[in-house]
Amino acid sequence: MTTIRVTTEVNGDRVEFLADPRETLLDVLRDKLGLTGSKEGCGTGDCGACSVLLDGRLVSSCLVLGVEAEGRKVETIEGMAPGEELHPLQRKFLEHAALQCGFCTPGFLVASKALLERNPDPTEEEVRYWLAGNLCRCTGYDKIVRAVLDAAAEMRGAG
Amino acid sequence: MRYHTPQTFEEAARIAATGSGTTRFLAGGTDVLVQMRTGLVTPDDLIDLKHIPGAYDITQAPDGGWQIGVAVSGAALGEHPELGRAWPGVVEAMELVGSTQVQGRATLTGNLCNGSPAADSVPALVAAGAVVRVTGPDGTREVPVEEIPEGPGKTALVPGEVVSALLLPPRGAAGGDAYQRFIPRTEMDIAVVGCAVNLTLDGDVIRAARVALGAVAPTVLLVPDAAAALVGSHWDDGARARIEAAARAAARPITDKRGTAEFRTHVAGVLAGRVADIAYRRAKGEQT
Ligand SMILES: Cc1cc2nc3c(=O)[nH]c(=O)nc-3n(C[C@H](O)[C@H](O)[C@H](O)COP(=O)(O)OP(=O)(O)OC[C@H]3O[C@@H](n4cnc5c(N)ncnc54)[C@H](O)[C@@H]3O)c2cc1C
Ligand code: FES
Ligand code: FES
Repeated sequence: MTTIRVTTEVNGDRVEFLADPRETLLDVLRDKLGLTGSKEGCGTGDCGACSVLLDGRLVSSCLVLGVEAEGRKVETIEGMAPGEELHPLQRKFLEHAALQCGFCTPGFLVASKALLERNPDPTEEEVRYWLAGNLCRCTGYDKIVRAVLDAAAEMRGAG
Repeated sequence: MRYHTPQTFEEAARIAATGSGTTRFLAGGTDVLVQMRTGLVTPDDLIDLKHIPGAYDITQAPDGGWQIGVAVSGAALGEHPELGRAWPGVVEAMELVGSTQVQGRATLTGNLCNGSPAADSVPALVAAGAVVRVTGPDGTREVPVEEIPEGPGKTALVPGEVVSALLLPPRGAAGGDAYQRFIPRTEMDIAVVGCAVNLTLDGDVIRAARVALGAVAPTVLLVPDAAAALVGSHWDDGARARIEAAARAAARPITDKRGTAEFRTHVAGVLAGRVADIAYRRAKGEQT
Protein backbone atom coordinates (compact mmCIF):
# COMPACT_ATOMS: atom_id res chain seq x y z
CA MET A 1 0.00 0.00 0.00
CA THR A 2 1.50 3.27 -1.07
CA THR A 3 0.99 6.26 1.14
CA ILE A 4 0.45 9.72 -0.23
CA ARG A 5 1.96 12.93 1.07
CA VAL A 6 -0.72 15.51 1.78
CA THR A 7 -0.25 19.21 2.50
CA THR A 8 -3.18 21.01 3.95
CA GLU A 9 -4.18 23.75 6.38
CA VAL A 10 -5.74 22.85 9.72
CA ASN A 11 -7.05 25.65 11.96
CA GLY A 12 -4.81 28.11 10.16
CA ASP A 13 -1.62 26.05 10.40
CA ARG A 14 0.09 24.41 7.48
CA VAL A 15 0.18 20.68 8.09
CA GLU A 16 1.79 17.77 6.27
CA PHE A 17 1.02 14.09 6.74
CA LEU A 18 1.37 10.75 4.99
CA ALA A 19 -1.92 8.97 4.39
CA ASP A 20 -3.07 5.62 3.19
CA PRO A 21 -5.65 6.67 0.57
CA ARG A 22 -8.33 4.65 2.39
CA GLU A 23 -7.90 6.63 5.60
CA THR A 24 -10.60 9.15 6.38
CA LEU A 25 -9.92 12.74 7.28
CA LEU A 26 -11.35 11.90 10.71
CA ASP A 27 -8.75 9.15 11.20
CA VAL A 28 -6.00 11.51 10.09
CA LEU A 29 -7.12 14.28 12.43
CA ARG A 30 -7.41 11.97 15.41
CA ASP A 31 -4.58 9.49 14.88
CA LYS A 32 -1.97 11.44 12.92
CA LEU A 33 -2.50 15.02 14.01
CA GLY A 34 -3.57 14.39 17.60
CA LEU A 35 -6.77 16.41 17.16
CA THR A 36 -9.15 14.13 19.02
CA GLY A 37 -11.95 16.66 19.49
CA SER A 38 -13.77 15.35 16.41
CA LYS A 39 -15.47 12.09 17.35
CA GLU A 40 -16.47 8.99 15.46
CA GLY A 41 -20.05 8.18 16.40
CA CYS A 42 -21.05 6.13 13.38
CA GLY A 43 -18.45 6.39 10.61
CA THR A 44 -21.21 6.47 7.99
CA GLY A 45 -22.38 10.08 7.86
CA ASP A 46 -25.38 9.70 10.14
CA CYS A 47 -24.45 11.33 13.46
CA GLY A 48 -22.40 14.49 12.82
CA ALA A 49 -19.99 13.88 15.73
CA CYS A 50 -17.11 14.22 13.27
CA SER A 51 -18.27 17.58 11.83
CA VAL A 52 -15.54 19.88 10.49
CA LEU A 53 -15.41 22.69 7.97
CA LEU A 54 -13.71 21.90 4.67
CA ASP A 55 -13.06 25.09 2.68
CA GLY A 56 -15.74 26.69 4.85
CA ARG A 57 -18.36 23.99 4.20
CA LEU A 58 -19.75 21.86 6.98
CA VAL A 59 -18.97 18.20 6.27
CA SER A 60 -18.70 14.91 8.10
CA SER A 61 -14.97 14.17 8.26
CA CYS A 62 -15.71 10.42 8.37
CA LEU A 63 -17.00 10.80 4.79
CA VAL A 64 -13.92 12.64 3.52
CA LEU A 65 -10.65 10.92 2.69
CA GLY A 66 -7.49 12.32 4.21
CA VAL A 67 -5.99 12.60 0.74
CA GLU A 68 -8.88 14.83 -0.31
CA ALA A 69 -7.64 17.50 2.10
CA GLU A 70 -4.69 18.25 -0.19
CA GLY A 71 -4.50 22.00 -0.77
CA ARG A 72 -7.65 22.71 1.21
CA LYS A 73 -8.58 24.34 4.51
CA VAL A 74 -9.81 22.29 7.44
CA GLU A 75 -11.34 23.82 10.58
CA THR A 76 -12.01 21.65 13.61
CA ILE A 77 -13.38 22.11 17.12
CA GLU A 78 -9.81 22.70 18.36
CA GLY A 79 -9.76 25.98 16.43
CA MET A 80 -13.05 27.26 17.79
CA ALA A 81 -12.07 29.10 20.96
CA PRO A 82 -10.11 32.28 20.25
CA GLY A 83 -7.13 31.89 22.60
CA GLU A 84 -8.02 31.28 26.24
CA GLU A 85 -11.59 32.55 25.91
CA LEU A 86 -14.43 30.23 25.04
CA HIS A 87 -16.43 30.91 21.90
CA PRO A 88 -19.90 32.25 22.84
CA LEU A 89 -21.44 28.98 21.63
CA GLN A 90 -19.17 26.97 23.91
CA ARG A 91 -20.06 29.21 26.86
CA LYS A 92 -23.79 28.99 26.14
CA PHE A 93 -23.62 25.19 25.87
CA LEU A 94 -22.18 25.16 29.37
CA GLU A 95 -24.66 27.71 30.75
CA HIS A 96 -27.65 25.85 29.33
CA ALA A 97 -26.27 22.43 30.30
CA ALA A 98 -26.62 21.48 26.64
CA LEU A 99 -24.44 18.41 27.10
CA GLN A 100 -24.27 15.34 29.26
CA CYS A 101 -21.75 12.77 28.08
CA GLY A 102 -20.35 15.35 25.65
CA PHE A 103 -19.62 12.96 22.81
CA CYS A 104 -21.82 14.84 20.36
CA THR A 105 -20.81 18.29 21.60
CA PRO A 106 -17.83 19.11 19.33
CA GLY A 107 -19.93 18.24 16.29
CA PHE A 108 -22.86 20.34 17.48
CA LEU A 109 -20.55 23.28 18.18
CA VAL A 110 -18.83 23.16 14.80
CA ALA A 111 -22.17 22.79 13.02
CA SER A 112 -23.79 25.60 15.04
CA LYS A 113 -20.89 27.93 14.35
CA ALA A 114 -21.27 27.26 10.62
CA LEU A 115 -24.98 28.08 10.92
CA LEU A 116 -24.47 31.37 12.75
CA GLU A 117 -21.82 32.48 10.26
CA ARG A 118 -24.40 32.11 7.49
CA ASN A 119 -27.48 33.09 9.43
CA PRO A 120 -26.86 35.21 12.55
CA ASP A 121 -30.58 35.26 13.43
CA PRO A 122 -32.01 31.79 12.82
CA THR A 123 -35.48 30.72 13.93
CA GLU A 124 -35.85 27.70 16.18
CA GLU A 125 -37.06 25.71 13.18
CA GLU A 126 -33.99 26.72 11.16
CA VAL A 127 -31.70 25.64 14.01
CA ARG A 128 -33.45 22.28 14.25
CA TYR A 129 -33.27 21.62 10.51
CA TRP A 130 -29.63 22.72 10.25
CA LEU A 131 -28.69 20.41 13.13
CA ALA A 132 -30.79 17.44 11.94
CA GLY A 133 -27.60 15.60 11.00
CA ASN A 134 -26.19 15.90 14.53
CA LEU A 135 -27.44 13.20 16.84
CA CYS A 136 -27.42 13.36 20.62
CA ARG A 137 -28.39 10.39 22.75
CA CYS A 138 -28.46 12.30 26.04
CA THR A 139 -29.97 15.77 26.02
CA GLY A 140 -33.20 15.51 24.06
CA TYR A 141 -32.00 18.46 21.93
CA ASP A 142 -34.06 21.25 23.56
CA LYS A 143 -31.20 22.58 25.63
CA ILE A 144 -28.90 22.50 22.62
CA VAL A 145 -31.36 24.46 20.53
CA ARG A 146 -31.86 27.02 23.32
CA ALA A 147 -28.09 27.38 23.74
CA VAL A 148 -27.65 28.05 20.03
CA LEU A 149 -30.46 30.64 19.96
CA ASP A 150 -29.07 32.35 23.06
CA ALA A 151 -25.54 32.42 21.64
CA ALA A 152 -26.90 33.86 18.40
CA ALA A 153 -28.67 36.62 20.33
CA GLU A 154 -25.55 37.44 22.30
CA MET A 155 -23.36 37.47 19.20
CA ARG A 156 -25.81 39.77 17.41
CA GLY A 157 -25.73 42.12 20.39
CA ALA A 158 -21.94 42.13 20.43
CA GLY A 159 -21.63 42.63 16.67
CA MET B 1 -6.56 1.03 -3.44
CA ARG B 2 -5.04 3.44 -5.93
CA TYR B 3 -6.19 7.04 -5.62
CA HIS B 4 -6.13 9.10 -8.82
CA THR B 5 -6.59 12.83 -9.36
CA PRO B 6 -6.96 13.26 -13.12
CA GLN B 7 -6.96 16.78 -14.56
CA THR B 8 -9.35 16.03 -17.44
CA PHE B 9 -12.39 13.81 -18.00
CA GLU B 10 -10.56 12.08 -20.86
CA GLU B 11 -7.83 11.09 -18.42
CA ALA B 12 -10.44 9.96 -15.87
CA ALA B 13 -12.12 7.83 -18.54
CA ARG B 14 -8.76 6.36 -19.57
CA ILE B 15 -7.90 5.37 -16.01
CA ALA B 16 -11.34 3.80 -15.59
CA ALA B 17 -11.09 1.94 -18.90
CA THR B 18 -7.69 0.44 -18.11
CA GLY B 19 -8.40 -0.37 -14.45
CA SER B 20 -8.22 -4.07 -13.74
CA GLY B 21 -10.52 -4.41 -10.74
CA THR B 22 -13.31 -2.40 -9.15
CA THR B 23 -13.40 1.24 -10.15
CA ARG B 24 -15.30 4.07 -8.51
CA PHE B 25 -15.42 7.75 -9.26
CA LEU B 26 -15.24 10.07 -6.29
CA ALA B 27 -17.47 13.14 -6.33
CA GLY B 28 -18.85 14.00 -2.87
CA GLY B 29 -18.12 10.51 -1.57
CA THR B 30 -21.32 10.33 0.48
CA ASP B 31 -22.21 7.01 -1.15
CA VAL B 32 -18.71 5.77 -2.07
CA LEU B 33 -17.22 6.29 1.39
CA VAL B 34 -20.19 4.71 3.13
CA GLN B 35 -19.85 1.69 0.82
CA MET B 36 -16.12 1.52 1.53
CA ARG B 37 -16.59 1.86 5.27
CA THR B 38 -19.26 -0.81 5.47
CA GLY B 39 -17.16 -3.15 3.34
CA LEU B 40 -19.76 -3.25 0.58
CA VAL B 41 -17.37 -2.00 -2.11
CA THR B 42 -13.60 -1.68 -1.92
CA PRO B 43 -12.41 0.01 -5.07
CA ASP B 44 -9.04 -0.94 -6.57
CA ASP B 45 -9.03 2.39 -8.38
CA LEU B 46 -10.69 5.45 -6.90
CA ILE B 47 -10.80 8.33 -9.35
CA ASP B 48 -11.34 11.74 -7.72
CA LEU B 49 -13.03 14.07 -10.20
CA LYS B 50 -12.69 17.20 -8.10
CA HIS B 51 -9.33 18.30 -9.54
CA ILE B 52 -10.78 18.65 -13.04
CA PRO B 53 -11.21 22.32 -14.02
CA GLY B 54 -14.88 23.32 -14.10
CA ALA B 55 -16.01 20.53 -11.75
CA TYR B 56 -17.34 23.09 -9.24
CA ASP B 57 -18.95 25.44 -11.80
CA ILE B 58 -22.59 26.23 -12.51
CA THR B 59 -22.86 28.08 -15.83
CA GLN B 60 -25.71 29.31 -17.95
CA ALA B 61 -25.50 29.00 -21.73
CA PRO B 62 -26.63 31.79 -24.06
CA ASP B 63 -29.82 29.81 -24.83
CA GLY B 64 -30.68 29.81 -21.10
CA GLY B 65 -29.74 26.18 -20.47
CA TRP B 66 -27.59 25.22 -17.48
CA GLN B 67 -24.42 23.23 -17.11
CA ILE B 68 -23.74 21.86 -13.63
CA GLY B 69 -20.28 20.56 -12.78
CA VAL B 70 -19.87 17.06 -11.36
CA ALA B 71 -18.53 18.30 -8.01
CA VAL B 72 -21.20 20.94 -7.30
CA SER B 73 -22.57 20.14 -3.85
CA GLY B 74 -26.20 20.32 -2.82
CA ALA B 75 -25.30 23.28 -0.63
CA ALA B 76 -23.70 25.16 -3.56
CA LEU B 77 -26.69 24.33 -5.77
CA GLY B 78 -29.05 25.73 -3.15
CA GLU B 79 -27.07 28.95 -2.89
CA HIS B 80 -27.34 29.72 -6.62
CA PRO B 81 -30.19 32.25 -6.88
CA GLU B 82 -30.86 32.13 -10.63
CA LEU B 83 -30.77 28.35 -10.86
CA GLY B 84 -33.18 28.15 -7.92
CA ARG B 85 -35.59 30.45 -9.73
CA ALA B 86 -35.32 28.53 -13.00
CA TRP B 87 -35.52 24.97 -11.62
CA PRO B 88 -36.85 25.12 -8.07
CA GLY B 89 -37.97 21.49 -8.20
CA VAL B 90 -34.50 20.20 -9.05
CA VAL B 91 -32.92 22.33 -6.32
CA GLU B 92 -35.48 21.39 -3.65
CA ALA B 93 -35.08 17.70 -4.51
CA MET B 94 -31.30 17.83 -4.13
CA GLU B 95 -31.63 19.83 -0.91
CA LEU B 96 -33.65 16.97 0.60
CA VAL B 97 -30.60 14.69 0.35
CA GLY B 98 -29.19 13.98 3.79
CA SER B 99 -28.13 16.48 6.45
CA THR B 100 -26.32 19.82 6.29
CA GLN B 101 -23.07 17.82 6.46
CA VAL B 102 -24.10 15.57 3.57
CA GLN B 103 -25.24 18.65 1.60
CA GLY B 104 -21.72 20.04 1.91
CA ARG B 105 -20.46 17.24 -0.34
CA ALA B 106 -23.23 15.31 -2.13
CA THR B 107 -23.66 15.95 -5.85
CA LEU B 108 -26.48 15.53 -8.37
CA THR B 109 -24.30 13.34 -10.59
CA GLY B 110 -23.34 11.09 -7.68
CA ASN B 111 -26.99 10.76 -6.69
CA LEU B 112 -27.77 9.67 -10.26
CA CYS B 113 -24.78 7.37 -10.81
CA ASN B 114 -25.17 5.59 -7.48
CA GLY B 115 -28.26 4.08 -9.05
CA SER B 116 -30.66 4.11 -6.11
CA PRO B 117 -34.33 3.88 -7.15
CA ALA B 118 -35.08 6.21 -4.21
CA ALA B 119 -32.49 8.88 -5.12
CA ASP B 120 -34.26 12.16 -4.47
CA SER B 121 -32.84 14.37 -7.20
CA VAL B 122 -33.32 11.88 -10.02
CA PRO B 123 -37.11 12.18 -10.49
CA ALA B 124 -36.70 15.97 -10.57
CA LEU B 125 -33.90 15.71 -13.17
CA VAL B 126 -35.98 13.32 -15.27
CA ALA B 127 -39.04 15.58 -15.10
CA ALA B 128 -36.87 18.58 -16.02
CA GLY B 129 -35.61 16.79 -19.14
CA ALA B 130 -32.01 16.89 -17.91
CA VAL B 131 -29.25 15.29 -19.96
CA VAL B 132 -25.82 14.06 -18.91
CA ARG B 133 -22.70 14.50 -20.99
CA VAL B 134 -20.76 11.25 -20.87
CA THR B 135 -17.07 11.03 -21.70
CA GLY B 136 -15.75 7.59 -22.58
CA PRO B 137 -13.04 5.81 -24.52
CA ASP B 138 -14.93 6.49 -27.76
CA GLY B 139 -15.54 10.17 -27.18
CA THR B 140 -18.46 12.08 -25.76
CA ARG B 141 -22.19 11.39 -25.93
CA GLU B 142 -25.24 13.01 -24.41
CA VAL B 143 -27.77 10.80 -22.67
CA PRO B 144 -31.19 11.72 -21.19
CA VAL B 145 -31.11 11.19 -17.43
CA GLU B 146 -33.98 8.67 -17.54
CA GLU B 147 -31.79 6.34 -19.62
CA ILE B 148 -29.01 6.16 -17.02
CA PRO B 149 -30.56 4.06 -14.21
CA GLU B 150 -30.99 0.38 -15.09
CA GLY B 151 -31.77 -1.09 -11.69
CA PRO B 152 -30.68 -0.79 -8.07
CA GLY B 153 -26.98 0.13 -8.21
CA LYS B 154 -26.84 -0.34 -11.99
CA THR B 155 -26.47 2.30 -14.68
CA ALA B 156 -26.22 2.38 -18.47
CA LEU B 157 -22.67 3.74 -18.22
CA VAL B 158 -20.17 1.23 -19.59
CA PRO B 159 -16.76 0.70 -17.97
CA GLY B 160 -14.58 3.67 -18.80
CA GLU B 161 -17.44 6.12 -19.07
CA VAL B 162 -17.67 9.10 -16.77
CA VAL B 163 -20.33 11.80 -16.56
CA SER B 164 -18.54 15.03 -17.39
CA ALA B 165 -21.47 17.45 -16.95
CA LEU B 166 -25.13 17.62 -16.17
CA LEU B 167 -27.24 19.76 -18.49
CA LEU B 168 -30.62 21.34 -17.71
CA PRO B 169 -32.66 22.82 -20.54
CA PRO B 170 -33.61 26.51 -20.65
CA ARG B 171 -36.56 27.10 -18.33
CA GLY B 172 -38.41 29.31 -20.80
CA ALA B 173 -41.53 31.31 -19.98
CA ALA B 174 -44.51 30.09 -17.91
CA GLY B 175 -42.90 26.93 -16.59
CA GLY B 176 -42.67 25.36 -13.16
CA ASP B 177 -41.31 22.23 -11.54
CA ALA B 178 -41.56 20.68 -8.10
CA TYR B 179 -40.54 17.59 -6.12
CA GLN B 180 -41.81 16.03 -2.92
CA ARG B 181 -41.11 12.77 -1.18
CA PHE B 182 -42.91 10.89 1.53
CA ILE B 183 -40.85 9.87 4.56
CA PRO B 184 -42.15 8.99 8.03
CA ARG B 185 -40.14 11.82 9.62
CA THR B 186 -39.18 15.32 8.48
CA GLU B 187 -35.43 14.90 7.80
CA MET B 188 -32.70 12.32 7.29
CA ASP B 189 -34.57 9.43 5.74
CA ILE B 190 -34.87 7.68 2.40
CA ALA B 191 -37.89 8.31 0.17
CA VAL B 192 -40.75 5.83 0.50
CA VAL B 193 -42.14 7.47 -2.63
CA GLY B 194 -40.89 10.52 -4.53
CA CYS B 195 -42.60 12.46 -7.30
CA ALA B 196 -41.54 15.28 -9.60
CA VAL B 197 -43.64 17.29 -12.03
CA ASN B 198 -42.44 19.80 -14.59
CA LEU B 199 -44.91 21.68 -16.77
CA THR B 200 -45.31 24.68 -19.02
CA LEU B 201 -48.44 26.73 -19.56
CA ASP B 202 -50.11 28.52 -22.40
CA GLY B 203 -52.24 31.03 -20.50
CA ASP B 204 -54.00 28.87 -17.91
CA VAL B 205 -53.75 25.68 -19.95
CA ILE B 206 -51.02 23.10 -19.42
CA ARG B 207 -49.25 22.83 -22.76
CA ALA B 208 -46.53 20.29 -21.90
CA ALA B 209 -45.65 18.19 -18.87
CA ARG B 210 -43.24 15.56 -17.61
CA VAL B 211 -43.92 13.47 -14.52
CA ALA B 212 -41.45 11.14 -12.77
CA LEU B 213 -41.78 8.79 -9.80
CA GLY B 214 -39.09 7.52 -7.44
CA ALA B 215 -38.94 4.49 -5.13
CA VAL B 216 -41.89 2.68 -6.73
CA ALA B 217 -39.93 0.53 -9.22
CA PRO B 218 -36.36 -0.79 -9.68
CA THR B 219 -35.51 2.53 -11.35
CA VAL B 220 -36.90 6.04 -11.28
CA LEU B 221 -39.82 6.09 -13.73
CA LEU B 222 -40.79 8.64 -16.34
CA VAL B 223 -44.59 8.37 -16.49
CA PRO B 224 -45.93 9.64 -19.85
CA ASP B 225 -49.53 8.70 -18.94
CA ALA B 226 -49.40 10.95 -15.90
CA ALA B 227 -48.09 13.79 -18.07
CA ALA B 228 -50.83 13.15 -20.64
CA ALA B 229 -53.37 13.45 -17.81
CA LEU B 230 -52.30 17.08 -17.37
CA VAL B 231 -51.79 18.32 -20.91
CA GLY B 232 -54.67 20.41 -22.23
CA SER B 233 -56.19 20.93 -18.78
CA HIS B 234 -56.57 24.01 -16.56
CA TRP B 235 -55.42 21.97 -13.56
CA ASP B 236 -58.97 21.25 -12.47
CA ASP B 237 -60.39 18.42 -10.36
CA GLY B 238 -60.63 16.14 -13.38
CA ALA B 239 -56.92 16.57 -14.16
CA ARG B 240 -56.06 15.89 -10.53
CA ALA B 241 -58.05 12.66 -10.50
CA ARG B 242 -56.45 11.60 -13.79
CA ILE B 243 -52.85 12.23 -12.70
CA GLU B 244 -53.47 10.40 -9.41
CA ALA B 245 -54.84 7.40 -11.25
CA ALA B 246 -52.02 7.43 -13.83
CA ALA B 247 -49.33 7.62 -11.13
CA ARG B 248 -50.90 4.71 -9.25
CA ALA B 249 -51.18 2.67 -12.43
CA ALA B 250 -47.48 3.22 -13.21
CA ALA B 251 -46.24 2.35 -9.72
CA ARG B 252 -44.97 -1.20 -9.31
CA PRO B 253 -43.35 -1.04 -5.90
CA ILE B 254 -42.09 -3.69 -3.55
CA THR B 255 -43.09 -4.16 0.06
CA ASP B 256 -40.27 -3.53 2.52
CA LYS B 257 -39.73 -2.08 5.99
CA ARG B 258 -40.39 1.42 4.69
CA GLY B 259 -43.86 0.67 3.34
CA THR B 260 -46.08 -1.89 1.69
CA ALA B 261 -46.65 -1.98 -2.05
CA GLU B 262 -50.29 -0.92 -1.48
CA PHE B 263 -49.24 2.06 0.62
CA ARG B 264 -46.59 3.16 -1.86
CA THR B 265 -49.05 2.90 -4.73
CA HIS B 266 -51.57 5.02 -2.87
CA VAL B 267 -48.99 7.64 -1.90
CA ALA B 268 -47.70 7.85 -5.49
CA GLY B 269 -51.14 9.18 -6.47
CA VAL B 270 -51.40 11.59 -3.54
CA LEU B 271 -47.95 13.04 -4.21
CA ALA B 272 -48.54 13.34 -7.96
CA GLY B 273 -51.60 15.50 -7.27
CA ARG B 274 -49.84 17.66 -4.69
CA VAL B 275 -46.68 18.13 -6.70
CA ALA B 276 -48.56 18.96 -9.90
CA ASP B 277 -50.42 21.62 -7.93
CA ILE B 278 -47.16 23.24 -6.77
CA ALA B 279 -45.64 23.06 -10.25
CA TYR B 280 -48.77 24.65 -11.73
CA ARG B 281 -48.72 27.48 -9.21
CA ARG B 282 -45.01 28.06 -9.80
CA ALA B 283 -45.64 28.19 -13.54
CA LYS B 284 -48.24 30.89 -12.85
CA GLY B 285 -45.58 32.89 -11.06
CA GLU B 286 -46.77 32.24 -7.50
CA GLN B 287 -44.14 31.97 -4.77
CA THR B 288 -44.44 28.48 -3.30
C1 LIG C 1 -26.35 10.36 6.08
C2 LIG C 1 -26.73 10.23 4.63
C3 LIG C 1 -28.01 10.60 4.23
C4 LIG C 1 -28.38 10.48 2.90
N1 LIG C 1 -29.64 10.86 2.54
C5 LIG C 1 -30.04 10.77 1.26
C6 LIG C 1 -31.35 11.20 0.86
O1 LIG C 1 -32.13 11.68 1.67
N2 LIG C 1 -31.70 11.07 -0.44
C7 LIG C 1 -30.85 10.56 -1.37
O2 LIG C 1 -31.23 10.49 -2.53
N3 LIG C 1 -29.60 10.15 -1.03
C8 LIG C 1 -29.17 10.24 0.26
N4 LIG C 1 -27.91 9.85 0.60
C9 LIG C 1 -27.02 9.26 -0.41
C10 LIG C 1 -26.01 10.23 -1.06
O3 LIG C 1 -25.74 11.31 -0.22
C11 LIG C 1 -26.50 10.75 -2.41
O4 LIG C 1 -26.78 9.69 -3.27
C12 LIG C 1 -25.49 11.73 -3.05
O5 LIG C 1 -26.13 12.55 -3.98
C13 LIG C 1 -24.32 11.03 -3.72
O6 LIG C 1 -23.47 12.00 -4.31
P1 LIG C 1 -21.90 12.00 -4.10
O7 LIG C 1 -21.38 13.15 -4.88
O8 LIG C 1 -21.59 11.96 -2.66
O9 LIG C 1 -21.54 10.62 -4.78
P2 LIG C 1 -20.26 9.69 -4.63
O10 LIG C 1 -20.36 8.92 -3.37
O11 LIG C 1 -19.02 10.45 -4.87
O12 LIG C 1 -20.51 8.72 -5.87
C14 LIG C 1 -21.68 7.92 -5.93
C15 LIG C 1 -21.60 6.95 -7.12
O13 LIG C 1 -21.66 7.66 -8.33
C16 LIG C 1 -20.52 7.39 -9.12
N5 LIG C 1 -20.14 8.65 -9.74
C17 LIG C 1 -19.94 9.84 -9.09
N6 LIG C 1 -19.65 10.81 -9.98
C18 LIG C 1 -19.68 10.22 -11.20
C19 LIG C 1 -19.45 10.71 -12.52
N7 LIG C 1 -19.18 12.01 -12.76
N8 LIG C 1 -19.55 9.83 -13.56
C20 LIG C 1 -19.86 8.53 -13.32
N9 LIG C 1 -20.08 8.00 -12.10
C21 LIG C 1 -19.99 8.85 -11.06
C22 LIG C 1 -19.47 6.83 -8.19
O14 LIG C 1 -18.60 5.92 -8.87
C23 LIG C 1 -20.33 6.12 -7.17
O15 LIG C 1 -20.68 4.83 -7.61
C24 LIG C 1 -27.49 9.98 1.93
C25 LIG C 1 -26.19 9.61 2.34
C26 LIG C 1 -25.80 9.75 3.67
C27 LIG C 1 -24.42 9.38 4.08
S1 FES D 1 -18.87 9.70 12.68
FE1 FES D 1 -19.07 10.93 10.95
S2 FES D 1 -21.19 11.29 10.86
FE2 FES D 1 -21.04 9.87 12.50
S1 FES E 1 -24.45 14.72 25.29
FE1 FES E 1 -24.28 12.57 25.11
S2 FES E 1 -24.65 12.27 22.99
FE2 FES E 1 -25.09 14.33 23.23
